[in-house]
Amino acid sequence: MIRENQRRYRFDWIIIIVYLLLVGFGYLNIMSASHTGEITNYFDMSQSYGKQLVFIGLSLVLIVFILSFEAKFYERFSSIIYIVAILSLLGLFIFGKDVNGARSWYGIGSMTIQPSEFAKFATALAVAKHISDIQTNLKTIKDQLKAVALILLPALLILLQNDAGSTLVYGAFFFVFYREGLQQIYVLIGFSLVFLAVLVLKFDITITTLSIAVIVFGLYFLKRKKRTSLLQPIAILLICTIFAYGVKLFYNHGLKPHQQNRISLWLRLEKDPAKLELMKKREAYNLIQSEEAISSGGFSGKGFMQGIRTTGKFVPEQDTDYIFSTVGEEWGFLGSSFVVILFIILIVRILYLSEQQKSQFSRVYGYGVASILFVHFTINIGMVMGLIPTVGIPLPFFSYGGSGLWSFTILLFIFIKLDSNKINEW
Amino acid sequence: MRKLLLLTLVICVGVAFIARLYYLQVHDSKTYNPLEDTAIRKEFTYPKRGYVYDRNGELLVANQPSYDVMVIPREVEPLDTLEFCSLLKITKKDFIKTYNKAKNYSSRLPYVFLSNLSKDDYAVLQEKMRKYDGFYIQKRSIRTYRKTIGANVLGDIGEVNQAIINKDAYYGKGDLIGKQGVEKTYEKTLRGVKGTRFIQKDRFNRDIGAFEGGTNDTIAQPGKDITITIDSKLQEYGELLMTNKRGGIIAIEPSSGEILAMISGPTYNPNLLVGRDRSKNFTKLYNDSLSQPLFDRGLQAMYPPGSPFKTINALIALQEGVVSPNEKFSCSMGYKYGNRKMGCHVHRSPANMNLGIYESCNAYFANVYRRIMDKYDSSEKAMNNWSKHVKSFGLGNYLKNDLSVGQPGKIPTSETYDRTYGKDRWYTTFSMSNAIGQGEVLATPIQLANMAAAIGNRGYYFTPHIIKQIEDDTIPSKFTTPKYTTIDKQHFEPVVQGMFDVYNKGTAKYVKVPGIEICGKTGTAENFAIIDSTKTQLTDHSIFVAFAPKDNPKIAIAVFIENGYFGSRFAGKMASLMIEKYLKNEISRTDLENFVLKHSLEHEYQKPYSGKPFKINRETTLETIPEEEFEALKYLKAKIDGK
Repeated sequence: MIRENQRRYRFDWIIIIVYLLLVGFGYLNIMSASHTGEITNYFDMSQSYGKQLVFIGLSLVLIVFILSFEAKFYERFSSIIYIVAILSLLGLFIFGKDVNGARSWYGIGSMTIQPSEFAKFATALAVAKHISDIQTNLKTIKDQLKAVALILLPALLILLQNDAGSTLVYGAFFFVFYREGLQQIYVLIGFSLVFLAVLVLKFDITITTLSIAVIVFGLYFLKRKKRTSLLQPIAILLICTIFAYGVKLFYNHGLKPHQQNRISLWLRLEKDPAKLELMKKREAYNLIQSEEAISSGGFSGKGFMQGIRTTGKFVPEQDTDYIFSTVGEEWGFLGSSFVVILFIILIVRILYLSEQQKSQFSRVYGYGVASILFVHFTINIGMVMGLIPTVGIPLPFFSYGGSGLWSFTILLFIFIKLDSNKINEW
Repeated sequence: MRKLLLLTLVICVGVAFIARLYYLQVHDSKTYNPLEDTAIRKEFTYPKRGYVYDRNGELLVANQPSYDVMVIPREVEPLDTLEFCSLLKITKKDFIKTYNKAKNYSSRLPYVFLSNLSKDDYAVLQEKMRKYDGFYIQKRSIRTYRKTIGANVLGDIGEVNQAIINKDAYYGKGDLIGKQGVEKTYEKTLRGVKGTRFIQKDRFNRDIGAFEGGTNDTIAQPGKDITITIDSKLQEYGELLMTNKRGGIIAIEPSSGEILAMISGPTYNPNLLVGRDRSKNFTKLYNDSLSQPLFDRGLQAMYPPGSPFKTINALIALQEGVVSPNEKFSCSMGYKYGNRKMGCHVHRSPANMNLGIYESCNAYFANVYRRIMDKYDSSEKAMNNWSKHVKSFGLGNYLKNDLSVGQPGKIPTSETYDRTYGKDRWYTTFSMSNAIGQGEVLATPIQLANMAAAIGNRGYYFTPHIIKQIEDDTIPSKFTTPKYTTIDKQHFEPVVQGMFDVYNKGTAKYVKVPGIEICGKTGTAENFAIIDSTKTQLTDHSIFVAFAPKDNPKIAIAVFIENGYFGSRFAGKMASLMIEKYLKNEISRTDLENFVLKHSLEHEYQKPYSGKPFKINRETTLETIPEEEFEALKYLKAKIDGK
């Protein structure tokens, strides 16, 4: 600790300022989205905005703690943190509390804590630890499987608690693996499969497989030099067909009806007007209301606390997952673009700093942070604006909720701490 | 390369989001108006509708509260439906039907369960209302007619229809609008301007407060009171005289064009079209295709004017200088032209203008008409010249007044005959009937009254109108500027003298009123109807046109009684009574009054529908009403006199 004092730290102020802007702006919008009538007491603990103010206060305390630990602490204790996180997820099955059909909360008095949020940074730490190990080589299948297992464990536990949205976030680590040496073919296969899945759902199996066959064999016969065995295209086609059936099967039987409907709405699969009308009242209600709120904001918005659709609570979940629609209505194109740009600056800055890290642990962790933020940002805002199907995950730093705010704060500030330490490493 | 994948994706997503935002917020939302947003509910406050007074300041139309039973289905608790239904005077089936309708509409929003509760029902219900959760009573304002007269004058108000809503943005569903009469023509004055409150609502449609602190709200402006030109006593008396008869009476003050009375028979109690039974009663009146109570005969019925029109021909002849007042024409029970003959009755011959008018000699006016037409070489030119003179009396076109209905009447021009006979293929003899107000000439009673006013004024008239005064406003100048006829003032005296002598020694000498110098003209118009697709002649219409006193007339009147036979039988008597009532406010000729009240023409109107052969005119007999009914009418008369 004596030596610690002699060390020099340089915190990245750009990230900190962006963080403060996002949290502050988020608070204003939560206030707008949750208030009913005149606000008389900003600390009214029965209101979301009152609680959020406390959450923000505690976050600041948390930041001081995080920054006061030695940077090496996180690397050394990453395994333990990971194990604690997994245990807390397991504990949910016994002590958890059901909220909206998902068993993802611990109830402590009137407070609730969502361990899946904290599992994110724990996983990021564990992945960073694994990859940065001197013996790990991500080009080998064994280490790849190990890495995937680290992600799959928390992801599956969360999926079992009925929180499909949060599970998706763990896909973010794919970007980390790729950066750290995962073969290019996986990226190709990954994107192709996603593309294929969408094609299958939109155009049905027969058309999809037929067109794949045309492409695969076409490419094969066009290749003049060194024709390999005909088995290769046949195998590809076979895998694609099996995958296609798998997707269809999963869509029809693996997904819950409301999840099916969200995808069907996004791909515009439903043709029956009566059913479509019903969907508009149920699955699409949120989306329609949120799009309407955003577009009613116009160029410069209706002004703080002036959004009639926000005050009328037309968009359900507006202070949490749909907080961006409040921004859209009250702050207009200017305010919404500002938020989008803040996020881009934040993520790009983290990526930039990650590349500058001397220690591989810090770099991998930084990449993990950037990827998680990116997936959250893309899915959340994309869904609020109707660009992708509805998936219920919060907007980092913005959405109401203690667990979310704290876990993102920890996630981000561990990186700031690691980054600040880079001048001391060699 | 590996470093770039995520970076590229981040940038792409950022650009995509901003593009989407631009599309949603800037490209797509140019026409956004927060006041029209579905998240804003407009609530209207309805101002007091203006009152209507008669020319003597008597209140004719006012407002009364009406009570609607409202329901919010969500808040309804199990209740004693049997008792509730009996309080509301509905059946249980109605109750269930309406309740389900309300529920289908919305379980959270108020719905009109029963509208226009009467004051008595309200009083009973109010005490028990606390027992019925989810139901409450809402007060509204509806009209009340203080006197049961002037349904055709005052009109009524009812809910706007979709066509009006589409045309005029002011009105919304459920708003009330004037449908007929003064309520219709002075709708904008009477209604005021409703106030608007913009209320923000939440997604369950509940109020959550004023939008933008109420800065967009407007306050209701109360409707203005109006005074109409009707003399309610005269109107009431006229309606009494019209009992059991069909026709119209229009009385005008010649010096101002103000309509003193406007009677259409049969009429109805204006309070029938107020409140809960409005649509039921309206349908009943609307569907009465025989007596047509909604058809304002004083304004809408176009009849051939008959003899009163002769005065116009006399004036035109004097103006054109084709006849002098003393020139005489002989009459041998009619006027022969070609192989046709226009009949006349027994009177002294030859006749000068004075005699021609007071004896209503057809031959005299046939000669006069010929003179007018023969003055010009071409019959086209002559006809148009004649037509121009006639139209200057307000005939043959809409009067462009402030009454909700009207008809143009008909005055032929050369084109009329060109169309029938071909250009230049018709002569004076083709239009000979115009000389005695038949043929191609049609006029409404109000046009005839106006014509009498123009003669009484010796050459000008004011457009007959109903508005006398608007609170804090002036009446349109088109009603206060005189319209001049094409006849010079000096030509009127012989005609006025003729009309005066109608009372002294002519066709109306038996309906003379002592002490009043009345100038008038009887008329009898032939009456044809299509019965079982054959043209059948019915008993003539009885017509009378008059003004009094002779100099500086105070009243001009036209009376038209369907199937009343000759002019002085009904119309003449009623005109005399109306004039005396207005000028002296008492009736000296009670014999005339008794005659009019005692006789009913209902049997005349039934004849064509009886399916049996019937007799007309000279061969009909008058029918009297039962004694007790007559006594009832006499009692009403006494009430009008305030005795």
